[in-house]
Amino acid sequence: MDSQIIKQNKTETSKTMRISGSEAVVRSLIAEGVDILYGYPGGAIMPVYDELFKFQDQIHHVLTRHEQGAAHAAQGYARISGKVGVAMATSGPGATNLVTGIADAQIDSTPLVCITGQVFSHLLGSDAFQETDIVGISTPVTKWNCQVTKAADIPKALAKAFYIAKSGRPGPVLVDITKDAQIGELDFEYEPCKGVRSYIPVPKTNPDDVKAAAELINSAKKPMIVWGQGVILGQAEEELKTVIEKAGIPAAWTILGASAIPTSHPLNIGMVGMHGNYAPNKLTNECDVLIAIGMRFDDRVTGKLDTYATQAKVIHFDIDPAEIDKNVKTDVAVVGDSKDSLAQLIPLLEAKSHDAWLQKFKDLYAIEFEKVIKGDIHPVKEGLTMGEVLRQINEETKGKAAIVSDVGQHQMIACRYADFNVTKSNITSGGLGTMGFALPAAIGAKMGAPDREVVAIIGDGGYQMNIQELGTIFQTKVPVKIVVLNNEFLGMVRQWQQLFFDKRYASTEMTNPDFVTIAKGYHIDAKRVTKREELADAVKEMIASKDSYFLEVCVEKEDNVFPMVPTGASVSDVRLS
Amino acid sequence: MNEEIKSYTISLYTENNIGLLNRVSAIFQRRHINIESLTTSQSEIDDVFRFVIVVNMTEAQAAKIVKQFEKQVEVIRAYYHTDEQTIYTESCMFKIKSDLLFEEPQIQNIIKESNSRIVTVNKEFFVLEKSGRRHEIEALRRDLNVFGIMQFVRAGRIAVTKDEMRVTDMLLAFNNHNN
Repeated sequence: MDSQIIKQNKTETSKTMRISGSEAVVRSLIAEGVDILYGYPGGAIMPVYDELFKFQDQIHHVLTRHEQGAAHAAQGYARISGKVGVAMATSGPGATNLVTGIADAQIDSTPLVCITGQVFSHLLGSDAFQETDIVGISTPVTKWNCQVTKAADIPKALAKAFYIAKSGRPGPVLVDITKDAQIGELDFEYEPCKGVRSYIPVPKTNPDDVKAAAELINSAKKPMIVWGQGVILGQAEEELKTVIEKAGIPAAWTILGASAIPTSHPLNIGMVGMHGNYAPNKLTNECDVLIAIGMRFDDRVTGKLDTYATQAKVIHFDIDPAEIDKNVKTDVAVVGDSKDSLAQLIPLLEAKSHDAWLQKFKDLYAIEFEKVIKGDIHPVKEGLTMGEVLRQINEETKGKAAIVSDVGQHQMIACRYADFNVTKSNITSGGLGTMGFALPAAIGAKMGAPDREVVAIIGDGGYQMNIQELGTIFQTKVPVKIVVLNNEFLGMVRQWQQLFFDKRYASTEMTNPDFVTIAKGYHIDAKRVTKREELADAVKEMIASKDSYFLEVCVEKEDNVFPMVPTGASVSDVRLS
Repeated sequence: MNEEIKSYTISLYTENNIGLLNRVSAIFQRRHINIESLTTSQSEIDDVFRFVIVVNMTEAQAAKIVKQFEKQVEVIRAYYHTDEQTIYTESCMFKIKSDLLFEEPQIQNIIKESNSRIVTVNKEFFVLEKSGRRHEIEALRRDLNVFGIMQFVRAGRIAVTKDEMRVTDMLLAFNNHNN
């Protein structure tokens, strides 16, 4: 159905016609299959908005309340749908407001096309009104960017932008279009970009490397997999599952890899990293072969590098050659598309199970359950915990919801305790750690997958960083569910202050407004829960609601997230308290 | 890999795009690496540009940074080489008062011995040009400094590598694939 629409549009736009640059922008987007974009109008982009008005039956523009919201919404859309997210803004402040979202998309490999208006080309460099060098500013945080000053160059630039954003390791691109290019005319013909000669998006998997990897895996006594988002981006979930099951390898995930394999899978041993699970962190330093798949050994995953898996042979599957040996020295590197590489690996693997080794993970999980998890999700103390809210949400959604989390304690709790039964269900700001991500990203996620339940889990700090997007939710009637876990603190920073700064709570306590009243002001159903006995019904009511819904849960003020690998410590020194 | 800090010549074959220099220098800046010299020019392939960048770093750093360059969409290929693996030279110009040519006969000997070349002479000044290794240029500058130099300027290193660069192969492969 979708591809039919795209085809129709392609035939319609393939005839050459004399149109304005701004119309060419909109027709190019339609030709790329874009049916929704997020943005905010302003002087230097007005001609394009005028065309969006005319084409509104074919392409839907969502007016966010801030350009940062537009960028994050486009990210949420891209992350859940696997398609390219599109954000649009005017020059100057409009463009600079996109930058945080662009940087977030860059470090989390999210395909994004950002289009910014720019002042007339004859004014470039003259400090004109709302002129800013957005190409210069965005260079270090884009996969590619360019400035267009002639109408005739618009279709090619956008075709290249979409191709680069979605191919290979995806990422954000920015196309800056001067106002004269928007107003000028061109003979329009849209040809999708099929390649760029200086760019090899998907290096071809070398079968010899796969063979070397298979030999190491087959000879391993204590193998362990850590997979990342590369599995989701490469649509290699099934291949990964087959690898894990055939070779009987316990498999852990990074935050962005979450949900590629269901939480309940018997070989899914949980999350690695600073607040990951006890067993995979601890046993990283005991495994004999560590198989990294589509992950980049972020410092939050590895802890102290000098002591990370030094006993193990390391196999690294990645699409990006620059990731090989960047942080962790590999013994075997398999560079290529994850789906292709894993498919080549499967027939070379011997069917095995590693029961005694897997039991070690189970034993350590039992310790973590007793010391941490039980108290988090089945608390007996008076105050509400973030963990029990996640447990309730799991029950109500049967683990099928897409969880969009912000950054901080609630994020770690969400990643740890949410049940993920469907891929692309954990949408969060991983690498950049952008507070304010979740509310707008949830809007984009719900629009990118209207049939899925989308639940945003946000802290009281991050919520207030982009709280204005409630306006977007109200105007578009997008039925997202918003849960604010309110501990009246910037909780993660407070936790560090408690543990490493002798409880000097510098600027982390928050005096918050009445969030329920604010939500109601936007005509969003809202409820506040302060007692345990109210929680189950409130979550049930929220999930049952056909409309957007805001739920504030007032949780214990000074709870901490454990396990924890303190900064600079080895993963095997993971603390349970 | 060797952790010794050495001089490496990084060669980039690139498209000629506005903004690419910014992208390249940002990669150094972000890693707090100082650029010793940078030269861009046409390469042996029409419409392909070449950057020659000299930096002091470890081999591990050089290997990683070259991958970061290759990752850039408009960089065709990136390489790093030690001084021993390249043939390299630098060039410089001196502007000196013409009077000195007659008042200080020693200058004529310096010019001869240094293999430098007089580009132009007029009543006020003459211009001397010299290509060679850094130490030769530095020696010449020291020698001439005694008499006074009106202007001195030195260009960045240019270098060709002893081994083959397979950039043409890559571009041909792309063309064959897409035609």
